[in-house]
Amino acid sequence: MKEALIKTLTTLRSSLPMILGVLLLISLLGSVFEGGYSKVFTGNYFLDPLLGALLGSISFGIPVTSYVAGGELLKEGVSLLAVTAFVLAWTTVGIAMLPIEAEVFGRKFAFLRNGLNFVSAILIAILTVTTLRILGFVV
Amino acid sequence: MKNKKIKRISGRWKFLGIVLFLYIVFFFVDQQLTMKAIELFEQTFMRVARILVVVFVVIFFVNLLVKPEGIKKHLGEDSGFRGWVYTMLGSIFISGPPYVMFPFLGELKKHGARLSLLVIFLNNRNVQPVFLPVMIFYFGTPFTIIISVYILIFSSINGFVIEKILK
Repeated sequence: MKEALIKTLTTLRSSLPMILGVLLLISLLGSVFEGGYSKVFTGNYFLDPLLGALLGSISFGIPVTSYVAGGELLKEGVSLLAVTAFVLAWTTVGIAMLPIEAEVFGRKFAFLRNGLNFVSAILIAILTVTTLRILGFVV
Repeated sequence: MKNKKIKRISGRWKFLGIVLFLYIVFFFVDQQLTMKAIELFEQTFMRVARILVVVFVVIFFVNLLVKPEGIKKHLGEDSGFRGWVYTMLGSIFISGPPYVMFPFLGELKKHGARLSLLVIFLNNRNVQPVFLPVMIFYFGTPFTIIISVYILIFSSINGFVIEKILK
């Protein structure tokens, strides 16, 4: 019980500054670029997920932080393609974590896994949005 | 290891500090815009806080009930389909940031766990039930179901590819 509580509090303590920082940054950017995101993220099937995946790759934290950030970006006018790739790359590609991953599993493993995940984030974003469109859930 | 962990945690606080500093700078440049951003943050935070409380309560119960050590013995070279099932379940139910998961998975590797299973473990972090309510809250149920299926498929494909290349 005590161990579970400590583990949960550690997760909370480490994710709270990131969640607060991300929310504050998005609120600030949202006010500065009011309506401007839709000019950058036009819904292009390759460029939008590529930009999203690039942004997600340099960010890190527990998945829930990326959902909050992604959800707020979506409200600001960023395309679903970009947000989906961003959320996926956030949790599966970790440029900041690469040195630790390479130390534990080896350099080849770390680079290969992150590279494949980067491509997968783009592919999954395209497939998810396409499937949602085919099924009529998004226009 | 401990030093690295402390460095990373302080990095998160540094990030928050930089954003707060940006607010101070913007306050002197455009007071009205900064107040609007603070108002937007307040609304967003109130909305997010409620769901985060639920998430962390669920994380507590998962930490209480699921022990990573329990699945250690099922992921060896000859684990086959059983190992894949245990990895899928383990990766979905065991939560934790990568820098916490790496040492655990590194230990599994030393104990002979298959590379493909380690990849699956690392890649399924988006399909954890503890976080899914937040994904549903922001993106809806159809999105959550469809993306979860694709993540599970791609994690297995990537695991298989990496194992084939590195073997």
